[in-house]
Amino acid sequence: MPIVTDSQRSATRTQVRQAITQQNRHLPSIALSVTLLIAVTFTLLTLFSLLARIVTQAIPAFSERGVSFLSGTIGSEPDKVGIWPGLFGSFSIGIGVLLIAVPLGIGAAIYLEEYAEQNRLNRFVVVNIRNLAGVPAVIYGVLGLIIFVGWLKPVTNGGTVVAAALTLAILVLPVVIITSMEAIRAVPMGLRDAGYGVGASRWEVTRDHVVPYAMPGILTGTVLALARALGEAAPLIMIGAITGLLPETSLSGKFTAIPMLIYSWSGRPDSSGGNIGWSNAAAGAGLVLLALVLVFNIIGIFLRNHFEAKRVGT
Amino acid sequence: MNGLLAVADLSGDPRRRAHDRRMQRLLGSSAFITIIISALILFVLARGSIDFLKSIGWDLGVLRDSSKAPGWFPRRERFDLITIVMGSVLMGSIAMLVAVPLGLGTAVYLSEFAPTRVRKILKPIVEVLAGIPSVIVGYFALKFIAPNIVDPIFSPDQSRNMVVAGLAIGVLVIPIMASISEDALRAVPSSLREASYGIGARKSTTTIRIVLPAAVSGIVAAFIIAVSRAIGETMVAAMAGGRDGSGPRVLDPLEPGLTMTAAMTNAAGGTDQVNSGAPFQVLFFVGLLLFMMTMGLNVFGDRFVQRVRQQY
Repeated sequence: MPIVTDSQRSATRTQVRQAITQQNRHLPSIALSVTLLIAVTFTLLTLFSLLARIVTQAIPAFSERGVSFLSGTIGSEPDKVGIWPGLFGSFSIGIGVLLIAVPLGIGAAIYLEEYAEQNRLNRFVVVNIRNLAGVPAVIYGVLGLIIFVGWLKPVTNGGTVVAAALTLAILVLPVVIITSMEAIRAVPMGLRDAGYGVGASRWEVTRDHVVPYAMPGILTGTVLALARALGEAAPLIMIGAITGLLPETSLSGKFTAIPMLIYSWSGRPDSSGGNIGWSNAAAGAGLVLLALVLVFNIIGIFLRNHFEAKRVGT
Repeated sequence: MNGLLAVADLSGDPRRRAHDRRMQRLLGSSAFITIIISALILFVLARGSIDFLKSIGWDLGVLRDSSKAPGWFPRRERFDLITIVMGSVLMGSIAMLVAVPLGLGTAVYLSEFAPTRVRKILKPIVEVLAGIPSVIVGYFALKFIAPNIVDPIFSPDQSRNMVVAGLAIGVLVIPIMASISEDALRAVPSSLREASYGIGARKSTTTIRIVLPAAVSGIVAAFIIAVSRAIGETMVAAMAGGRDGSGPRVLDPLEPGLTMTAAMTNAAGGTDQVNSGAPFQVLFFVGLLLFMMTMGLNVFGDRFVQRVRQQY
């Protein structure tokens, strides 16, 4: 008579196999996996229901109005409004950010990474930039209201799109600096050493080698900053963007921007008559803004991934 | 020239050196502009706050409305600070109730459980969520969260209330919570996990008993920074929170409420329509308070982030 029966042997074998291949049911493990999957599913579900709500609500605005929804002006009837003043405002703000925040931000990042000595003052500058990145947008609005609308009135002509562009440029400056600094820090030291070795000055090494090498990362920061500036509404409320009537768009008059239109329109009650209500108009403007912001974000993420993949070999 | 090289010859062309110094000054000045910006923010807020305190005659009692129905009514010169601070705290707390489980769960899944292929798809999606402007989330709160989730479940008196705004602010800060905690989890060296597997621990045990405790300072940092974002969020609170200054001190989140940020937009020309005197200047005072709160949280959170970096 065998000491170990066949049935015992096969039972042990399955037990061991299950333990090794992790097919055995261990309740806490399953509970953890299920909890995590629920969390991820909810996160994704939120994103998709948000996108779905915007798109379905926006369809009437585009199918009924077509191009006139983009080229029309704002007003008090939801089935006649267009977002042109908002597009003009947002476009000008984008240009302002590109002209002001990007050069200043890249310059500051180059200084802090390439020139600045490790002393208390420069460390303070870096800490300060990190803090500025966390200041709520509405506070930049207060700054814009006093400095650009008030003190610099001769330049900006008060609460105009110029003041808005300056305010948002200041708001995204820390983002540009921080991402550019990270990109510059990732440039291999050997590149600089080689440049100095053949007698180049610091500026020549920076201009000809460091900055071109760090360009994809710098561009990512720029693109993300632009996306952030286009979506921000709180500072614009503070400096007096309007949402009522705006017959003509100019750099020196009253202004509005797409996020302001969404803010104002989504608060107005939907009347029963007409095919397009305020919520459709708001969703239409929202879809345009989302498209702009998401395109910028995807470009940014793509650039960064491309950039990271290239770094692996170095 | 006798063919010998002196030290002076190695220092290069003086014009090139001068150009280098000019560039250094130019670049340096753009870095120091950030200091000027901070100083200006502080100056503007402090000066406005002092003006405000002057116009209420330094009577700090005004900031604590003791009448029967206390509230935030700047036009009637009633500035009950507790109303708006409570509004911010309540909506922020609801937001964190959403953001912590969802954000942390997503982070743990991404860092510990997701196969590389899934991670490559999921991570950009979370980043896209991070890029969605807050007005869009505000719209989502008004047109989806309020009518489709909060109204049917809680049937509140008004569909714009602190729960709706809190949930939507939660949606906004999920990505912040997720991405900072994921960084912290991935910074835990794999040798710790391997040691745990080596003595026969399961994946779930390793995650809960080894990886999470090792990453705890980063997760705390994520939490603090997310709280700071939630308190500083303006658009969602203004659009979906109800903007009601009579927002009661009773802790009923299904009532409409007013946050500090929404009170600021009101004062600047939203609904209150006054551009001088205490009702307008109060926005600087609230701004200073908000600035100090978020700055404190950020500095505190940053400490934790630095600690993670140093540890490993």
